[in-house]
Amino acid sequence: MAVTSMIGARIQRREDPKLITGHGNFIDDVNLVNMAHMSVVRSPHAHARIRSIDTSAAMASKGVVAVLTAADFKPVIGGPLPVTNSFVADKKQVPEQFPIAADEVAYAGEPVAVVVADDRYLADDAAQLVVVDYEPLPAVMDIEKAMEPGSPLVKSDRPDNIGWDAAFPGGDIDAAFAEADVVLKQRIGQQRVFPTAMETRGCVADYIPYDNRCTLWTSTQVPHFIRLFVGGALGVPESQFRVVSHDVGGGFGAKLRPYPEEYLATAASKLTERPVKWIEDRTESLQATTQGRGQIFDVEVAAKRDGTLLGLKFTQLLDIGAYHGVFSAFQVVACLLGGGCYTWKAINARSIGVFTNRMSTDPYRGAGRPEATHLVERIVDLVALELGMEPAEVRRKNFITSFPHTNNFGLVYDSGEYAKSLDRAMANIDYPALRKRQEELRAQGRYTGIGFSTYVEICGLGPSSATAPAAGIALVESSMVRVHPTGSVTVSVGTHSHGQGHETTFAQIVADTLGVPYDSVEIRHGDTGDTPFGYGTYGSRSLAVGGMAIMASCHKVVEKAKKLAAHAFEASEEDIVVDQGRYFVRGNPSEAKALAELAFASYGAGLPEGMEHGLEAVSYFDPPNFVWPFGCHICAVEVDPETGGVSIDRYVAVDDCGNVINPMVVDGQLHGGIAQGISQALFEEVLYDDETGQMLTGTMLDYFIPTMAEMPHFELDRTVTPSPTNELGVKGIGEAGTIASSIAVINAITDALTPFGIKHVEMPARPDRLWSMIKEARA
Amino acid sequence: MTQSVAMTINGRRREDHVEPRLLLVHYLREVAGLTGTHIACDTSQCGACTVLIDGEAVKSCSVFTVQADGRQVTTIEGLAEDGVLHPIQQAFWNEHGLQCGFCTPGFIMAAAYLLRQNPSPTDEEIERGLEGNLCRCTGYENIRKAVRSASQAMNRAGAEPTAQLVGSAAAPVED
Repeated sequence: MAVTSMIGARIQRREDPKLITGHGNFIDDVNLVNMAHMSVVRSPHAHARIRSIDTSAAMASKGVVAVLTAADFKPVIGGPLPVTNSFVADKKQVPEQFPIAADEVAYAGEPVAVVVADDRYLADDAAQLVVVDYEPLPAVMDIEKAMEPGSPLVKSDRPDNIGWDAAFPGGDIDAAFAEADVVLKQRIGQQRVFPTAMETRGCVADYIPYDNRCTLWTSTQVPHFIRLFVGGALGVPESQFRVVSHDVGGGFGAKLRPYPEEYLATAASKLTERPVKWIEDRTESLQATTQGRGQIFDVEVAAKRDGTLLGLKFTQLLDIGAYHGVFSAFQVVACLLGGGCYTWKAINARSIGVFTNRMSTDPYRGAGRPEATHLVERIVDLVALELGMEPAEVRRKNFITSFPHTNNFGLVYDSGEYAKSLDRAMANIDYPALRKRQEELRAQGRYTGIGFSTYVEICGLGPSSATAPAAGIALVESSMVRVHPTGSVTVSVGTHSHGQGHETTFAQIVADTLGVPYDSVEIRHGDTGDTPFGYGTYGSRSLAVGGMAIMASCHKVVEKAKKLAAHAFEASEEDIVVDQGRYFVRGNPSEAKALAELAFASYGAGLPEGMEHGLEAVSYFDPPNFVWPFGCHICAVEVDPETGGVSIDRYVAVDDCGNVINPMVVDGQLHGGIAQGISQALFEEVLYDDETGQMLTGTMLDYFIPTMAEMPHFELDRTVTPSPTNELGVKGIGEAGTIASSIAVINAITDALTPFGIKHVEMPARPDRLWSMIKEARA
Repeated sequence: MTQSVAMTINGRRREDHVEPRLLLVHYLREVAGLTGTHIACDTSQCGACTVLIDGEAVKSCSVFTVQADGRQVTTIEGLAEDGVLHPIQQAFWNEHGLQCGFCTPGFIMAAAYLLRQNPSPTDEEIERGLEGNLCRCTGYENIRKAVRSASQAMNRAGAEPTAQLVGSAAAPVED
């Protein structure tokens, strides 16, 4: 029996030496001989008809190779951008989006022309000279007004502005409400936010003329997806289309789809017969990279006087933007998770996706689950306030306690111990003392508050049994494990790390499973040329699905190595014992062979009859279920009633992601995730002008990405409830922090403002919003 | 129309003819081939492009190349010496002060300037000293910790390099 040595160890990341010395290889670091640069001319209007485009001045500008519009691209790009069906809707409208607008633009920032020039400065110069004659049309910006019959249309060829309307009935809702002692209603918003990876998007396309081969370097979470769709649209088969993604400077969900510019750069390379580079600048990124959230929830809850939760009704209004994001419909998962970690007699949810003249929304860290957590944790606090109960007690009273648990929509929660993480978090923050202090400070006219978030989330996308009926796809994950003749190991995977440290953590798994030195294992990812097809990295799936695919290949390698050992020792395979990479005959451990020796033998002469040479395996893992991380976050704040400013005094988190491969990496994921949720709660909001659809938050400063000074110290702890879904016993942690944190902050602020009679606070809880609310309450 | 510039980058002198409008960050990346300095906002808001000019931290996206004429420029590539990491680099590695690593060179350069000005900063002074740098992955927790630990290491060792050799195997350490 192997003794685990690397799994669970806090080891430094092997990714880091190059990154801390300036030797990373990000997209803008890729340079090819004779490379030209592409600049994208974008619509300044949210909605307009294109009357004409005059490219002559731009063409005459210094260093310009080509100025291309939709008419030039139409013969080269054979189809629209993909849209994934993520669920079965009662009504659905999926307008096609070609990568570049031809006669009508539907959001500010939509590409209308591209300039290809010898360098970026020259391309940007010439882009200023492209003259587009627009006829402005009304911009549809308000999602509720957009739903009204007779509303102006987001695009003139559509029947209405409804992208989908889907009902999710989960039990007898009328019966549940009939038992209620209290019924409460609340509207809860989810403002639009920018994912804001520090590295903007970008790509380098190198189409080889007369050979129909292409290499596309791009900053993405999903290289195989990009190859499938961009290659498909350009008519280059996968065998001749290679997508390479080296170091990726963050993604957060905004780099998990093929984008218009990837098609345009590739087509431009084909048309100009030169390698073409495109690097998005920050303002472009804020206009033209997918955004997150953008939703309104109308919620109604039924409860008994003793705090028992009965029924939940809600409608999700989701701002799709002008076109469906490739995975925009995934955000409907908020409906399926709206019940959180509680037992409900019935939940009735409905999602309506509405088009507006904005950039598309698509998954952003958490994608539907932060919204679900925010909704249910807000509602539970409202119930507690109404009934005069402790928020923790309402939670405890309604926790799901036996597993596996089938929720109102048929999803099966694999394992959990919700009360344990609540208790641990309350102990860590010393809850009774905090409440006492709150009372004392209130007497002095100071307003502190304590906010809970007990969350559960779904991740590990996904079992084909669940994804196939809706999406027709199997979100499996892949690996190839190859043991070289002298024992070093190359592992190629379909997932693609963009900051998560897979090269380290996956090597930890391989070292233990094969029983080889950690340093002998190399993890390869991000290059479709040397990795098996995989669905990429998002949805906290890379370990629970991709890690298991690696395990599966390692097991196959061990099985073959046992056969090789049996042959070497002239013993029966059943008598071979494997212990930490040493293979020996039962009872004779002193005469053992290392995996490296067996690998060498596998490439040599004298193999057992019928055995193929080599020691390698390929596996695809289709998980039997999702995995369900959970935990409890408690935030303590103080609100200054004179300024509306919020200071976070304590932030305590107890998370449970099952078994942990590298605690340092897990903590890092939580830090970053929590910070993004706090930031949504307090600061961030994408703003467009209501009338014109012009973006008002077009720089990082106008938008406000918090600095170190705005972020508190995070006090982390964990419980470990292994997942029964996979052999590693792992869940996922990439999104948990963000899923949990926004509502811990908002509940704390609301708690602080209770003396003013304030029961609900919307995000972002910026000082001006809180100051106005306090002022109004005092008046 | 180009203009001649001469500067010392990471101890090496170079002379070039550049357009007056060429930004220093583009010069470093495209002409000098030092791609460790990154561009993330184009507007001097995020600090990813921070380098040292005559020892002072500047955002190289907001400096013309010609303004650095005759100066000493230090980039992230110039911090480690003879294969030995600078204590700040080592601290970022030890403390998991980076995830995607894109903002990291700017943070390390800004921290180098901060610790030269103030070898023992308080947490508040670290926050103020690095307020011009944005990170989206770490929540800043481990960057704060890394700068604190680099400060301690540098104070303990004086100028003695204590860092481990670049490229040596990572060893498991206590959680």
